[in-house]
Amino acid sequence: MNPTTESWRAATAPLWRNNMALGQLIGLCPLLAVTTTLVGGLALGLASAAVVLVTSTTMALLRSVLVPFARLPLTLLILAALVTAVDLFSQALFYDLHESLGIFVPLIVVNTGLLAHAENVASRRGVAFTFVSALATGLGFLFALATLGALREIFGSGTLFAGVELLGGDGARALTLTLPFDGMLVATLPPGAFFGMALLLALRNRLTAIRPAETASAPEAPR
Amino acid sequence: MASANGKLLVTAILAVTLAAGAYSAVTAVFDWSDELIAANERARIAARLNSVLEPALRGRDLATTRLDVVDPELLGTDGPIDVFVLTERGAPMATVFATVAPHGYNAAINLLVGVSPIGAVTGVRAVRHRETQGLGDAIEAAKSDWILQFDDKALTTAPLAAWAIRQDDGQFDAITGATVTSRAVVRAVRDTLLYFEQHRDELYARAAEAAAAAEANDR
Repeated sequence: MNPTTESWRAATAPLWRNNMALGQLIGLCPLLAVTTTLVGGLALGLASAAVVLVTSTTMALLRSVLVPFARLPLTLLILAALVTAVDLFSQALFYDLHESLGIFVPLIVVNTGLLAHAENVASRRGVAFTFVSALATGLGFLFALATLGALREIFGSGTLFAGVELLGGDGARALTLTLPFDGMLVATLPPGAFFGMALLLALRNRLTAIRPAETASAPEAPR
Repeated sequence: MASANGKLLVTAILAVTLAAGAYSAVTAVFDWSDELIAANERARIAARLNSVLEPALRGRDLATTRLDVVDPELLGTDGPIDVFVLTERGAPMATVFATVAPHGYNAAINLLVGVSPIGAVTGVRAVRHRETQGLGDAIEAAKSDWILQFDDKALTTAPLAAWAIRQDDGQFDAITGATVTSRAVVRAVRDTLLYFEQHRDELYARAAEAAAAAEANDR
């Protein structure tokens, strides 16, 4: 394998093979808490993706000029400022959505997966690699949140895209699907989050077990 | 060691710059969002106020006066709660209490209770709660009609003992599987009506006074 392909593979590993939630099992608290609906999952996923992209890319830009011990505090500074801004921004433009996500928007700041990415990838790799890898991390987390949200909403409430008008304005309301069944309550309750998560994990393990050659070579995150 | 010191200096300068940049960025976002968030909050309250008024009053341009009211016994919290007195040409048309049901299943439940001048409930809505999903969250009007059963009820329509759920020999249905939640809401609505009965004239007088003061300020 030539080096370009290899580093491309490593950079995009967080999309699926090294997915933050499904591979590294990080960020599970917001994952399990906000995914009662697809829209909730999408919203928190987008916010987290934006935060990891900006934080890690900035840290990669500064990598060569910083003394190593200053990295962690500066990463935290950027993370905190960014999350505060995202929190205010979402309150200003998506007030009702922000209400329904509650504490989990400000809590993005303590998502270990994002900090681990800035520490493990941004402090070792170049800007381009970090950018792609951060994008993959964000989209991978978004994917996990959205999938679990969709699963739980379909089986729990019998709808899909309920509350989409909170994210996309009244015009998007037509996207909401009502399925011809009522849904099982348990899927929207906390145990349902664990069942759904277990299903996704089993699926991922099954798929990666079929192609063992693809599982290697991604930077390990601290747990 | 010169280059090591140089790097330390660069780091220090960068750290200060980043901190200043982060500070001004957050300040800028705060300044930009401050008004918007306050407007969202007001719009939310106005929309909610409308939902607990009797249908004939909804969407009408009533003058709204907000009062701070404290009564830990009947209004469920030690702090002041918002009471909105809605008037038309000085005549009180409705009173809305942002009351608290302190004994919710997981936490206190924030309610809006609309009361007509004769002391009848015009509407109740749960504004903020942490009741169990799928059980206690049936207090939300979007999820079930349960909360609508308070409409038109007054202290005079039934003895005080009937302000309870059926399990406690009262007049109200309980939510299946959420008896605690149901009791908490019924009790909070009853207490709000009791407070209104005892303080109606005082509330109206305070509202008229506040409205007059606001008008004097405008001139």
